[in-house]
Amino acid sequence: MENKLRLQATGISIVFGGLRAVSDFSCDLFDGELVGLIGPNGAGKTTVFNMLSGIYTPTSGQITFWDKDDKACVINKKSPSQLNRLGIARTFQNIRLFGSLSVRDNVKIALHQSRNVNFFDVLFRTPRFRLDEKSMNEKAEQLLSLFKIDNKSNELAKNLPYGEQRKLEIVRALASNPRLLLLDEPAAGMNPQETEDLMNLIAFIRKEFKLTILLIEHDMRLVMGICEKIMVLDYGKTIAVGKPDEIKTNPLVIKAYLGQEAADA
Amino acid sequence: MKNKTFRNMLIPAIIALIAIIVPTLLIKLAVIDEYTAQIITLGGINAIMALSVNMICGITGQLSLGQAGFMAIGAYSTILLTESAHIPLPLAVILAAIITAIFGFIIGFPTLKLEGDYLAIVTLGFGEIIRVVLVNLKDITGGPNGKQFNTILTFDPTIAYVVIIGALITLIIFLQNFIRSTYGRAILAVREDEIAANSAGVGVFKYKMLGFIVASIVAGIGGALYVCFIGFIKPDQASFNKSIDYLIFVVLGGMGSTTGSVLAAFVLTYLQEFLRILQDYRMLLYPVVLILVMIFRPQGLLGTKEMNFVKTFDKLRGFIAKKIGGEKEDGK
Repeated sequence: MENKLRLQATGISIVFGGLRAVSDFSCDLFDGELVGLIGPNGAGKTTVFNMLSGIYTPTSGQITFWDKDDKACVINKKSPSQLNRLGIARTFQNIRLFGSLSVRDNVKIALHQSRNVNFFDVLFRTPRFRLDEKSMNEKAEQLLSLFKIDNKSNELAKNLPYGEQRKLEIVRALASNPRLLLLDEPAAGMNPQETEDLMNLIAFIRKEFKLTILLIEHDMRLVMGICEKIMVLDYGKTIAVGKPDEIKTNPLVIKAYLGQEAADA
Repeated sequence: MKNKTFRNMLIPAIIALIAIIVPTLLIKLAVIDEYTAQIITLGGINAIMALSVNMICGITGQLSLGQAGFMAIGAYSTILLTESAHIPLPLAVILAAIITAIFGFIIGFPTLKLEGDYLAIVTLGFGEIIRVVLVNLKDITGGPNGKQFNTILTFDPTIAYVVIIGALITLIIFLQNFIRSTYGRAILAVREDEIAANSAGVGVFKYKMLGFIVASIVAGIGGALYVCFIGFIKPDQASFNKSIDYLIFVVLGGMGSTTGSVLAAFVLTYLQEFLRILQDYRMLLYPVVLILVMIFRPQGLLGTKEMNFVKTFDKLRGFIAKKIGGEKEDGK
């Protein structure tokens, strides 16, 4: 299972003015892998995410992604919406929902790629339009029920409690039927119990949807608990890659997080 | 399920028919005098313009200050198409809407990459350009004196009412269907959060453009009907002040609320006429109303709420059933 590449980044760098935010970042994500990306604040984790999801264009380097038909494509200069169609979906560190739309509509927006109605159907509400809406509603309902928020599908997204907003963001990302899911701090602001639930949920959706997942997280218990591979960034550079146990004892990682003395100890 | 769909369509259809037929009869029977009929019909045109502004400002979330420019394009196109090309009027109105859409596309292409204030400035400039061009193309447009254009709508208030309110209702239905579809939701997503919409697979520019073009089509139809009804147009109709007038309807009624925009358009149109008894003081009262609404209800009278005829009907029926049931119990 873990021999087919899903995404390969080779030597990607991005420069903002004089600042080299990420330099020479490389990674191989295999099909079905769950990889953690960690590092101290300002290490460039979210910048890497923004490059992988098309929000930033890397200054140099190349990103290759194997899309829904397992065709390799270079995605450096593609827009986020194009990448979403190819099969990359993401969540955001500071939640970005469509606040004044209903929970169901939030999910249905991500489903809109799979619509099969035309303008005429829409204006005259033809049977085909109704059928399409119905199947979209069912799909949305089904996804929401996986996360146990299907009882809130008529509420406005901004009125959900924080934890459920995070869940809704994941549901929205899943709705576009991705192959690679990028989760930017999914457990931020959650209590230990919620984090625990989230861990189980991530493990579950990965199996259920046969996803490759890359996640940024500060909660080490979550990262060490579910990730098979961890990459550590510091000052825009990859300082370590390996299994959770290797990372825990890696002196470079300890130095990055706790300082030189702690690494010596 | 089938019956429910049918019922959900029947109730608004009946209400729409009542809204057209009853006042038409009243106008015909001279219960409503011609002057009032004209004000209501003008309100209908203003409501169409409010729909246009609501589409671009409320739904798409882009501040446009040039909708009157599109309206003028629609109006002048109609005149040219019927007078020079001898195309029958109904077809000319539809063609005028298409011409306006093309203008919307041309203007939207470079400008929709801009955001917020910049887009507002560019659309403002666009309206003024249209006005100046109309003033200077004397051979075609009649220059600053404007152009006379008498049609059957100008002379017969009953037909004018039926046609214009009919067009308004059709547009409301189409726009509501459009907004509550995959297209509309994508446009709303862009309004809510561009980055998130983009990452959810919504092509931001494409859907902004779609919203802008739909808004310009509606404005074009509004302009075409305006000139047919009033029988006269001059370049001032494209001016910045006019655009602001239409924007006020939407701001007052509630940005993003079709119900609010349409209601505000009718109420304000009537208010402007009604206040004529105060002579020059009406210029004072009108802004005061606006200021008061903005202080006490900054989100507009209806916010983003929509009125749903089917739900209102169900509630009303429930209420009456309860009343009757209650009385029966009293009788015991």
